[in-house]
Amino acid sequence: MGKKKKEVDDRFKKFGTVSFTSITKINDFIDYLEQGKLMGTRCKGCGILFFPPRADCYKCLSSDMEWVEVSGTGKLATYSKLEYAPIGFGDDLPYAIAVLDYGDYKVFGRIAGDVPQDEIKVGMQMKAVVNTLPNGQLNYVFEKA
Amino acid sequence: MGKVGIIGVGQSAFVRGYPGSIRELAFEGFKEAIADAQIETKDIDASIICSAPEYDKQRSPAGVFAEYLGLIPQPTCYLESLCSSSSMGLRMAYSLVKSGLHDVVAIIGFQKMSEISSAESQERMGRGADIQWESPFGTMMPAYYAMFARGHMETYGTSPDDLALIRVKAATYGQINEKAVYRKPVTFEMFSDPESPMSGPVASPLRVGDCCANADGSSCVIVANEEKTKALSKKPVWILGLGAASASVNMAGRDAFSRLEVARLAGEQAYGMAGVTPKDIDVAEVHDCFTIAELMAYENLGFAEPGGGKELIKSKETYKEGCIPVNVDGGLLSKGHPIGATGGAQIRTIVLQLRGEAGEMQVKEPGVGLVHNIGGVGLYGNVSILGR
Repeated sequence: MGKKKKEVDDRFKKFGTVSFTSITKINDFIDYLEQGKLMGTRCKGCGILFFPPRADCYKCLSSDMEWVEVSGTGKLATYSKLEYAPIGFGDDLPYAIAVLDYGDYKVFGRIAGDVPQDEIKVGMQMKAVVNTLPNGQLNYVFEKA
Repeated sequence: MGKVGIIGVGQSAFVRGYPGSIRELAFEGFKEAIADAQIETKDIDASIICSAPEYDKQRSPAGVFAEYLGLIPQPTCYLESLCSSSSMGLRMAYSLVKSGLHDVVAIIGFQKMSEISSAESQERMGRGADIQWESPFGTMMPAYYAMFARGHMETYGTSPDDLALIRVKAATYGQINEKAVYRKPVTFEMFSDPESPMSGPVASPLRVGDCCANADGSSCVIVANEEKTKALSKKPVWILGLGAASASVNMAGRDAFSRLEVARLAGEQAYGMAGVTPKDIDVAEVHDCFTIAELMAYENLGFAEPGGGKELIKSKETYKEGCIPVNVDGGLLSKGHPIGATGGAQIRTIVLQLRGEAGEMQVKEPGVGLVHNIGGVGLYGNVSILGR
């Protein structure tokens, strides 16, 4: 029997087409994605809500956070459809990156590939839903509300 | 405490595929600045080396450059704020001189982007954004700025045609700037010609013609205290005002997609420190990494009201003969954008303008000039105001 290997919690490597991060204190985010839930965090110290989720609050410096689901709809603040992709993303083309405004917070992500181009309008209501990519990775996309 | 002056400026030609190493590239801008200042290398008390990391195999280029340029054993360090690195270098050099710690400081900016492919470059540039939360979606600089173009169009009715006019202006001056990487003319019609590469889509609503030219290049700016500036410089140029700001790296943290708040804040600080207003600016260099960036700069710096930027370019007021000439050296769009060298090259253009040494690009007798230099997608903003 060899030495017992220390387990590395690198769940975050599952996020997005290509993840550039593997170890983070908010790795439970990935478990929630697997359950179909998109989550942010709320600081138990001062109540401020964060998306993307954070382990630490810059306002009151507390690290006591609770998970909160991103629910309801947001307004499409802006978007861009890419015709050219960085290395590692070429198979996804064409795709659109976008920002949804939920009022208390905003969410950066992608517009779902099946939303017709001519139906995308700034100001439209959309909702973020969890998505499994062809390579098995997880992300979230914006669908028409 | 006295004033801080700029006594020497230099820039390599901005090119595709520089046939040399990064230290040799840095030598070119440095040599020109030393000749311009009419000083010797030993007169420089400290150096600040500026670039955006990850394009080079060399770790910590500061020590390598200091040795190659003959700047040892004086102190040197590396400084980066992505595309605004050398303007941030000017800010640091100003404080080193103003504090009395050093009399003469050189800011050396460089970037050799051609060692990696364009797609690799986009991937690295994209990682100047939020790598944990944004890059996994496949982001790149043109797409980020395209989101601002979309936001500006929705808010103010700006059109892709308005943006094309900015590229046409840049190319007008790129043709007469012998140090520019893109020397060819660009016409408005090219943007609607499917045969022209300018019309090709990149990230909607931006097209190929809306994007700046990647390049290899170096720049050097030498600053000195008041006493040395007066002793060495026949036509002294003074640093009148400096502003700098930062913003949320993640687009989810931004309040608006029709302006860059860092530019507005840095501009406000620089105007306040210099005791001037936008109307007093006679010539400006703004960070036109994309056409939309120049349009927003007009508004964020107060050359136009919010939404009024398109009128400024339509009426050609930002051409050399207009009320506020902007980027009459070709800008990043045509002169090229070797990231770490860009701020220093912008400063050089304004210094030459204020001295009346800009040749064919010369604006009529400018007294006050402005440099607007942005890092990332409005992540860092620097505004510097210079005067005679």
